[in-house]
Order: sequence, then C-alpha cells, then structure tokens
Amino acid sequence: MVTILDYGAGNLTSVRHAFERLGERPEVIASAAEWRGGPLVFPGVGSAASGMAAVRARGFDALLRAAAASGTPVLGICLGMQLLLERSEEDGGTAGLGLIKGACVAFDPAKAPGAKVPHMGWNTVAPAAHPVLEGLGEEAFYFVHSYFARPAEARDALGTTDYCGERFASVVGRGSLVATQFHPERSGAAGARLLANFLRWEGR
Amino acid sequence: MLLKRLVVCLDVRNGRVTKGVRFEANADVGDPVALAARYCREGADEVVFYDITASAEGRPCDLEMVARAARELSVPFTVGGGIRGPEDMRAALLAGADKVSLNSLAVASPEILEAGARAFGRQCVVLGMDVKKVPPSAAIPSGYEVVTHGGRRPAGLDAVAWAREAARRGAGEICLNAIDTDGVREGYDLEITRRVSEAVPVPVVASGGAGEPRHLAEALTLGRADAALVASMVHTMGYSCQDIKRALREQGIPVRLSP
Repeated sequence: MVTILDYGAGNLTSVRHAFERLGERPEVIASAAEWRGGPLVFPGVGSAASGMAAVRARGFDALLRAAAASGTPVLGICLGMQLLLERSEEDGGTAGLGLIKGACVAFDPAKAPGAKVPHMGWNTVAPAAHPVLEGLGEEAFYFVHSYFARPAEARDALGTTDYCGERFASVVGRGSLVATQFHPERSGAAGARLLANFLRWEGR
Repeated sequence: MLLKRLVVCLDVRNGRVTKGVRFEANADVGDPVALAARYCREGADEVVFYDITASAEGRPCDLEMVARAARELSVPFTVGGGIRGPEDMRAALLAGADKVSLNSLAVASPEILEAGARAFGRQCVVLGMDVKKVPPSAAIPSGYEVVTHGGRRPAGLDAVAWAREAARRGAGEICLNAIDTDGVREGYDLEITRRVSEAVPVPVVASGGAGEPRHLAEALTLGRADAALVASMVHTMGYSCQDIKRALREQGIPVRLSP
C-alpha cells in the first residue's frame, strides 16, 4: 500500500485522488511513526524553507533517509523533489535532505527574453530508461515552478525538459528514489501511467 | 518546449451547466464535473468552472462540486465566482482546486491579489478581467476599459495598466475576456490580447469570441497568448477538443495531442 506524507503540502489531495483513480487506497500519514511499510510519496507545493521545516517537524527527514538506505521506493513530486537535493537557492538558501547530490536554482528570465517565470503549463519530458518512465515517449506533463534541479551527477537526471534557456532535470532519481518536477497527478493519461509504473516498481 | 494550452470554460448555475451542450444523449450532460471529465478525455488541458450565480446569492462557489472535480479530473482546474476573500480562496484550494479566479473582487479590493499570492503562491491566483472597447482617453489610454458585473459596470481602469498592476500585486495568470467579441464567434480581440500579453510577465489566457480553430491559432500567435479559452465551440458548435488540437498542430502551434 502506498503512503503519502502529509506535511501541509498543497497538492496532497490531488495526489491522493490520482492514486484512487488507479484503484489504490493510499494511506496518508502526518508523522513518521504512523508509517507501516510500503512505498512512500513525498508531494509538495510551496516554498522550500517552510516545506523543509514542516518535513523535519514531522520526522519525515529521518523516514526518507531510512527509505533511501533500505531501498524502499519513494516518489517525490515538485517541492518534494526539490527537497531531496542538497540545497535550494530559494528563501535565501535552504538545506535539503541531500539524498541526491546537487542543488535547486532559480530560472533566470534574462536568459530567454519573453520566457515567463513561474514555468507554468504543459511541457515535454525526454525520458531516460527507467522502470517508472516505462512506456512513456516524449510526453507532455504539467509544470508549475520557479526553481529547477541541477543534479551534480548527470546519471541522476532521468528526464529533461527545455525552458527559459535551460535544459533542466525534470525527473531525478537514484537507487529507490525517483522524483518529478512536474505534477503527474495533474498530467492526464501520461501522469497516470507514471504513477501506475511507480506502484509496480520495487525500487531497483 | 512549453506547449500552448486549450482551456474549456463551464458556466455553472445552481450546480448545473447552463449553456446548451451538444451531448444530448448523455444523461450527465448538465453535470459540470461529468462534462469536464469528458472534455479532459478529449484533450482539454485545463478546465475553468465559473459559478455565475454565487456572487448574486452571496455564497462561495460550490465546494462539493470542487471536491468532486478534484476526485475526477486529472488536469488542472480553476474555480471562479463568489470568492469574497482569502478564506473563500483557501476553502476552494483545500477542496482541490488548482487555481482561483478573481474578477470583481480584485477590482474592488486589489490587495486580495497580494494576500492570495502570499498565502497560497501566485500560481494559484488568476486575475479574470472583462474589458470593453472605448474611445481612448487620458484615463483609458489603451482604448480598452475594465468592466465588472457582466460588462454593465465600467471600472474606470485601463485594461493594460490594470493587467500590469495585477501581475505586480500577485496574479500568476491573467484570463482576459473581451466583452465585445464574447459570444459573437468571429474571433478573439487580437489587439487587446497582444497588448496585455506583451505588457505582463505572467501567462495570458485569451477569452471571448472563439468560433473556429483558426481563431485560437490567431490568439496564440498574433495575440501572443499562452492559452486560449473556449466555451460554446465545444458545448454547442460540435467541435471536440481533439479537433481543435489537431487543427492547431496543423498550423504549427505546439499543443499536447495525447489526452
């Protein structure tokens, strides 16, 4: 059974419904102690500093570290993805969980005149070979964000997207962690496919 | 590449879709959520539910409907109508809406845009603006004035200046509806669409006047809009979202084809 981490993130309801549409009955937990095993979903909408503070307050930082160490599948979404990295430029610099090496940096509108920030709307993702991206060609997914992941190691980028003068990592992953900058819960059939793949994945 | 969006608008009156719709054989035809789900399956990128009786009745938008939409739709959706302040915005977002559209309230109390952006993030805050062509003047240099109450009440604001101010205050997107072309089906007002799109650093949704796919293509190219909103084209005129998307793709406009 899939478990969704509730730390006050705005898209928790949408994420839960997306799994329900796949016939799942996700467990939603508000503290690490409630976890009873199985894959974890780390959602998120909001700012890095307040998100990270809430993650720590609920003990989810330790839970996610333990999951990464034990090979438990974890799906990060949007802010949930960004917090897996070592740090974010947002809010004057925020330390993340450091489970994936690298940082989150802001789009620079000066790099692409006319590009609007936040990056909002449907954009295409060029996927690498990974079980969670199986069956997905160069599909469009729904994005809403102003910061993007810059993983330190190229192999941690599992999907790339072009925007605002950048080719950025829109999917990152390492070991049993996989995370998307876009919102699979709001990305139609392609998003549903990704979530269904995650449910089948054993984290290897 | 960032794709251009097709947005379908549903006007809701007392929980039902008001305008005639083309799926007469479907028993669910008047149910906004069932209809929206159908448009999503056909390729709509986004849905707007506009509760047109909420304001007059002094109540917030129908939260039960919002919650149902959140369960059934797998694309983002906006709700508008009847929002009285930050608490109504919070309720709509907690019920599962992705964005809230503010129109008359933003004109009357522009600080709601800052409050909304601060509390929920600017990506949740859509400024809906209705504009009407007027002779250019010192107060309205663009020749387009903001109007409220279905076009009956001039707000005394210049459309371009208001769009700029709203984006500066916290609107993360602007849905621009041209009253003169709305419902006429002869195309969007490309001039004001282009002027607002060029004036603001946030996405602009063109609204009012779509009658055929060519009109959307014009709004997304000549009008520089990021998204185009349709209502009667898909409700009554027999176009499917997929037809429109294919026509846009044939015009070289990047759109999402697989729903």
